[in-house]
Amino acid sequence: MKRLLWGVAALILLALPLFTDAALGHGWVRILDFALLYVLLALGLNIVVGYAGLLDLGYVAFFAVGAYCYALLSSPQFNLHWPLWVLLPLGAMVAACFGVLLGTPTLRLRGDYLAIVTLGFGEIIRIFLNNLGAPVNITNGPQGISGIDSLSVGSYNLGQTHRWGLFEFVPVVNAYYLFLIGVLLAIVFSHRLERSRIGRAWAAIREDEIAAASMGINTRNLKLLAFAMGASMGGLSGGLFAGFQGFVSPESFTLMESVMILCMVVLGGMGNIAGVVLGAVLLSVLPEALRAAGPLQQEWLGRVVLDPSNLRLLMFGCALVLMMLLRPEGLLPARARKRELHGE
Amino acid sequence: MNSVIKPLLRAFDIHKSFGGLKALGGVSLNLEQASITGLIGPNGAGKTTFFNVLTGIYKPDVGHMEFRGKALPAGLPHVVATRGIARTFQNIRLFANMTVLENVMVGRHVRTSAGVLGAVFKTAATMREENAITARAHELLKYVGIEARTHHVAGTLSYGDQRRLEIARALATDPFLLALDEPAAGMNASERTQLGELILRIREDGRAVLLIEHDVKWIMKLCDCVTVLDYGLCIAQGPPHKVQNDPRVIEAYLGVVAT
Repeated sequence: MKRLLWGVAALILLALPLFTDAALGHGWVRILDFALLYVLLALGLNIVVGYAGLLDLGYVAFFAVGAYCYALLSSPQFNLHWPLWVLLPLGAMVAACFGVLLGTPTLRLRGDYLAIVTLGFGEIIRIFLNNLGAPVNITNGPQGISGIDSLSVGSYNLGQTHRWGLFEFVPVVNAYYLFLIGVLLAIVFSHRLERSRIGRAWAAIREDEIAAASMGINTRNLKLLAFAMGASMGGLSGGLFAGFQGFVSPESFTLMESVMILCMVVLGGMGNIAGVVLGAVLLSVLPEALRAAGPLQQEWLGRVVLDPSNLRLLMFGCALVLMMLLRPEGLLPARARKRELHGE
Repeated sequence: MNSVIKPLLRAFDIHKSFGGLKALGGVSLNLEQASITGLIGPNGAGKTTFFNVLTGIYKPDVGHMEFRGKALPAGLPHVVATRGIARTFQNIRLFANMTVLENVMVGRHVRTSAGVLGAVFKTAATMREENAITARAHELLKYVGIEARTHHVAGTLSYGDQRRLEIARALATDPFLLALDEPAAGMNASERTQLGELILRIREDGRAVLLIEHDVKWIMKLCDCVTVLDYGLCIAQGPPHKVQNDPRVIEAYLGVVAT
């Protein structure tokens, strides 16, 4: 029975982009692609915030590092065209190094203080990317890097349309499958880490750092490990993003993005993989769905009373306030988090 | 554990001040292998401060410690635990939202080694280790007598059971020395007796126990050796009956006789 359910779920996931493409068009498949990238980001941040309990408000910096890593080594910028299987792991590793770089000075900080420092770190990375256009042009400054090679696995270029039998695989559909692999790997990775010696040590640090240290847990190393693991997923997502978009600029990596990713984690349910995935999908797909509010108003009221983009923010704000009042532990909370907030 | 009979722990002239407050003003003491030592003294005598220095939570201003013949690093709690000193806390510090079993499993961290790769690829070695951790945790819960609560959430246990769980978690690190900070606080007479039996059993297993306690009667019955602190100084050390009659100890507890 369980196996059957998994099979059905797998089939749905595999067929989803093809159906969406046929029914709603490329635009919606693209939204799904971005949802998957956000899931990857949220899963990474979940390791830092959900497992180890370290509030990180600059997480988008790792996304940026991964994206720029891919962009610089696979574009006309330096005329380098490295293959995907080198670039993605490299981006993840470079991001992990940045994770350690951020982690080291913040080891003694917790809660609000940590949040402020990480927020600063996120901004520093963005501003660096913005200003590394001169005197030596590395990142091309605010113009960003364009003409990035499209994702390709071996000789199979994901940026082109392929036809297999009855099905037509357009670039957005190809990207969906690649991103899905990334997300599934990240889920297995997170799940196994959580239920391991390392995951228990993270949970212990989150619960009581002094007691954890007294039990022989090297809190410094384990916190750095959490930063590095979380950052590597951000870096991977960044690499995929760069290859998918074909263009990166510092504008994509603002504080608002960090806040959004954190919201996905918190809204879905910190520390619980299913919750985090749900949160990421909801918060990346719903705003897009609300775009339809403009034409609907036009049709029913004769004019656009509320601009869809304002409406989006309004509903987003309301949803967050309601969540914090009614279900602060998130939609699908982790066991421990629920207890913490409601007792038992 | 060690054939040569020499002190398990030696503390040399430990000083610790907080601003103008001198919490420890030169404490030196020895702990023997497989012994139960009581650390007593009036409130504010520096007992818990000594514990915190011993377990690396505070760095002493002056002085050093030697454990099993080797210098004990100052201010590194996780290294202290690795070397074989485990502790409990005066104001219970369990991982309250984790289960009882998970709490004890965390205690095994220091004696196990699985890393990220082992966890992600579920290697045979990692799985073996995980099984061993779980088995040992169950064993320890039985040892302290709370196996019926294995899958409960730690924070929901009764006070006495939380104390026991803290001891089980500490024992999971395979310590040579178990430091208990007021383990009997808030317990009734029968719970105290049970705890005393548990502590005796721990000594029989070859571990030394250092405990802070206010109930002097209870501690005099239980301990092989008693150390009395007063105003950050060690004023007496020796077998219970001797310490009990030491005029300085009587003075510390009862004050000076008016003349």
